[in-house]
Amino acid sequence: MSDVLTVPRSRRTIEFVLLLLALAVAIGANYLAGIGREDAFGDYFWSQALTLGVMGLFIHLILRFRAKYADPVILPIVVALNGIGLAMIHRLDLSAATVNPDFSPVAPQQVLWTAVAIGAAAILLIVLRDHRILRRFTYISLIVSAVLLLLPLTPLGLEINGARIWISVGFGTFQPGEIAKITLAIFFAGYLSTNRDLILLAGKKIGPLQLPRFRDLAPMAAAWLVSIGVLIFQRDLGSSILFFGLFMVMIYVATSRVSWVLIGLAMIGVGVFVALELFSHVALRFDSWINAFAPEVYDRAPGGSAQVVQGLFGLANGGLIGTGLGEGRPDLVTYANSDMIIAALGEELGLIGVVAIVMLYVILVSRGIRAALGTKDGFGKLLACGLSFTIALQCFVVIGGITRLIPLTGLTTPFMSAGGSSLLANWLIVALILLISETARRPAPSGPMKDSFPEAVGVNGRPVKRTTKEGTR
Amino acid sequence: MNQAIRSAWAVAMGMFALVLGSLTYVQFFQAQELNDNDWNSRQLYQDFGRQRGAILVDGRAIAESVPSDDQFKFQRVYNEPELYAHLTGYYSLSLSSTQLEAEESEILSGTSSSLFYDRVVRLFSGVDSEGASVELTIDPEIQQLAYDLIPDGQRGSIVVLEPGTGNILAMVSKPTYDPNLLSGHDTSVIAENAAALSEQPGLSIYTNPATESLVSPGSVFKLVDAAAALESGQYDAESQIPNPPALEFPGIEYALPNFVTGGCASRTTADLEFALEQSCNTPFAQIALDLGEEAIQEQAAKFGFGEELAIPTRVIASSFPSDLTGPELAQSAVGQFDTLVTPLQMAMVASAIANDGQQMKPQLIKSIRAADLELIESPQPEVLRQSVSRETADQLTDWMVNVVDNGTATAAQVPGVRVAGKTGTAEVSVTGDNAWFTGFAPAEDPQVAVSIVMENVDIPTGQQLTSPSAKRLIEAVLNR
Repeated sequence: MSDVLTVPRSRRTIEFVLLLLALAVAIGANYLAGIGREDAFGDYFWSQALTLGVMGLFIHLILRFRAKYADPVILPIVVALNGIGLAMIHRLDLSAATVNPDFSPVAPQQVLWTAVAIGAAAILLIVLRDHRILRRFTYISLIVSAVLLLLPLTPLGLEINGARIWISVGFGTFQPGEIAKITLAIFFAGYLSTNRDLILLAGKKIGPLQLPRFRDLAPMAAAWLVSIGVLIFQRDLGSSILFFGLFMVMIYVATSRVSWVLIGLAMIGVGVFVALELFSHVALRFDSWINAFAPEVYDRAPGGSAQVVQGLFGLANGGLIGTGLGEGRPDLVTYANSDMIIAALGEELGLIGVVAIVMLYVILVSRGIRAALGTKDGFGKLLACGLSFTIALQCFVVIGGITRLIPLTGLTTPFMSAGGSSLLANWLIVALILLISETARRPAPSGPMKDSFPEAVGVNGRPVKRTTKEGTR
Repeated sequence: MNQAIRSAWAVAMGMFALVLGSLTYVQFFQAQELNDNDWNSRQLYQDFGRQRGAILVDGRAIAESVPSDDQFKFQRVYNEPELYAHLTGYYSLSLSSTQLEAEESEILSGTSSSLFYDRVVRLFSGVDSEGASVELTIDPEIQQLAYDLIPDGQRGSIVVLEPGTGNILAMVSKPTYDPNLLSGHDTSVIAENAAALSEQPGLSIYTNPATESLVSPGSVFKLVDAAAALESGQYDAESQIPNPPALEFPGIEYALPNFVTGGCASRTTADLEFALEQSCNTPFAQIALDLGEEAIQEQAAKFGFGEELAIPTRVIASSFPSDLTGPELAQSAVGQFDTLVTPLQMAMVASAIANDGQQMKPQLIKSIRAADLELIESPQPEVLRQSVSRETADQLTDWMVNVVDNGTATAAQVPGVRVAGKTGTAEVSVTGDNAWFTGFAPAEDPQVAVSIVMENVDIPTGQQLTSPSAKRLIEAVLNR
């Protein structure tokens, strides 16, 4: 299946150099954000620098010893994004503190979450070693996903700003939906890679469209139900779009059938239409997108366009080169440190800075897709492609919403927005993509086998543990 | 499968391309429109969050930003607010700023392109950006004296210039106000105060009367007529001009009279020296009728009429009317009808004559310094134009000295100094006249030019408030 030739070099040294560069950018940004407003080398400066530096190098070392052929660009990009996000969150804390002395800063908590998230990614890298093991958990993943998605609807759940997607976990809140994104991806990758031939071959053909059998539509129906369910019961348009996009791309990649995409788009069209008719919050979002600059829409509560308009003012204020970190007024935008962090970055780093950040995402997504192309197993291909595409879709929904290309929906910007669950989920995604990229880039061993189970040699001459159900195609 | 993955990648890249496009649209193409949006309070917050530079007079701040503990970091404070209100203007949250606060805003806020290097250094050193300060040419003692010379409740303006450089030493107007009332951070209080100030008779908080109000010059405009007469070559010191008690026009009822109680009645013809000395109307009306409207207009333009100036605050154009009938031209020539001037314009006429006919641009700013006191700019004296020839200037000077020595402005005499001057009384309403004095001293080496106007006063009060005040101002400048 694979037709990408990779050079068998580990490239870990390049990763180390790029990591140092990423740390310089992240820590430098944090320094500029704090300078002039507080002790530039204060507690927060050191906690951000040390957390990123130590944890980043920790992941680097794990990769060096456990997955030495993993893609060398992914880790530095993610560290840079995470670090720039921390700097901006800190900078917004400083503004908030001048207005309200009782304000409790968000950034230290986010640093803690960063440590937790990178730690979790490290554990995943060490424990998992090979992503194909996850295929065993296909149906367990489905159950876990269902539980995670239903959790906010239980008494544990919390409703914040109309959306019921949080649960209370003692020291704070958590969005189980972020983790469900991963488990659902695992379920779909497992299900589709197993049943792909069946789905492809069965079914009637009408004209150029090969229609799937009804029973093969089950996963797509499940996906649709999950998305609509999230929209109806949790009132979270962003996650709903994200889940559906994830399913769509994985089904398309599994089947290569445009007909499935068309059916999917038709279904989402129906979903959006129903949502517009039934739910005032979706209709208001739409209205405040189209008529953002109408006075009666601007001040409307709830569902006014003030947030998106203030975000646009911020971006405009930044212009081409930005005001410089700490010199703008991104604090005038509500949720500047989470949903609207791109507006804050656009204001202070300018078009040039925000384009650089988007380019980091472009490279990250491309590297993930490259891992999907390179790995030989269908499960890995689907998982890497689905997860990478999710990052791209999330960027599109967030930045498109902020720039008024599409209606604004509440979604986090991967790695940068304040919010622990999103950060944790995205670092886990990175760990998975790193593992997949390792299988994609690792050279086939030549010469005598080092493995003590010569009879367990799989296809392509690669040693595979007997217990793995996975079969390479 | 790989082909489908490539397609998925292409879709992802397409989404990124859309996002990059919309970012570029918002941050580059739409930016100006968004920045100018009425709902955009960013500029305001940014301006008010910045330490704005001070406006200084003789090293002392008359306007400065002091730290404040509300949502804005700084509060603009005016020291000696009433004395300098018309120069500084105000820097207000809800009303747009005026005068120097408006015209020098980029310098004061530090956003001027001349301060670019300074900003870059601050960005990387983390020091809060701070505006540059503006030092004025004003002499605080002369300013205070001029202020005291206008009685409270009297509407009037005084401008004192250095003829050789154009530097403004004093520029005051009454009634005045306290700009601190408009510079707080509570917009409802600002609105209340602005409403209260607008009730005050004769006061406009938006304008500087010395540069932005037009008043009838009356007889001080005769300096322009006399200059036009000499420059035309058709008149000289010996020319005898008819001086009837009233100039009549065939076919209509109107007649332009000489001032009844003055010395004009003693002669039926007058030379220019006498006509100026006693401020006779009919000879000058006669000159204007002889030379024609255009000649007077041209001479007025050479003195700066018809041209706006930025000193850097706005000076509106003084005007001499056009398309006049005979009686209208006669009236206009003696500074009535639609001849309208700013108080600064008449100071500029006097200082051009004082400076051998060369008119200097009035200048309010001595220097601009960055927050680290580095000199950014110090405006050099600038020649506006040659208003009259040197000979004409000398001749006019002699005649103006004669006015102070023997004529209508004897109260402006300063012992031991040859003072040149001209008075004026413009009839503006039944309740009163505009009383004027404009002149300079010492005649042989002018150090100071003065223009005083008291509006809507009776004749004795007007005389009291003009020539004697000029004397005190000239003494003060010459003795500093």
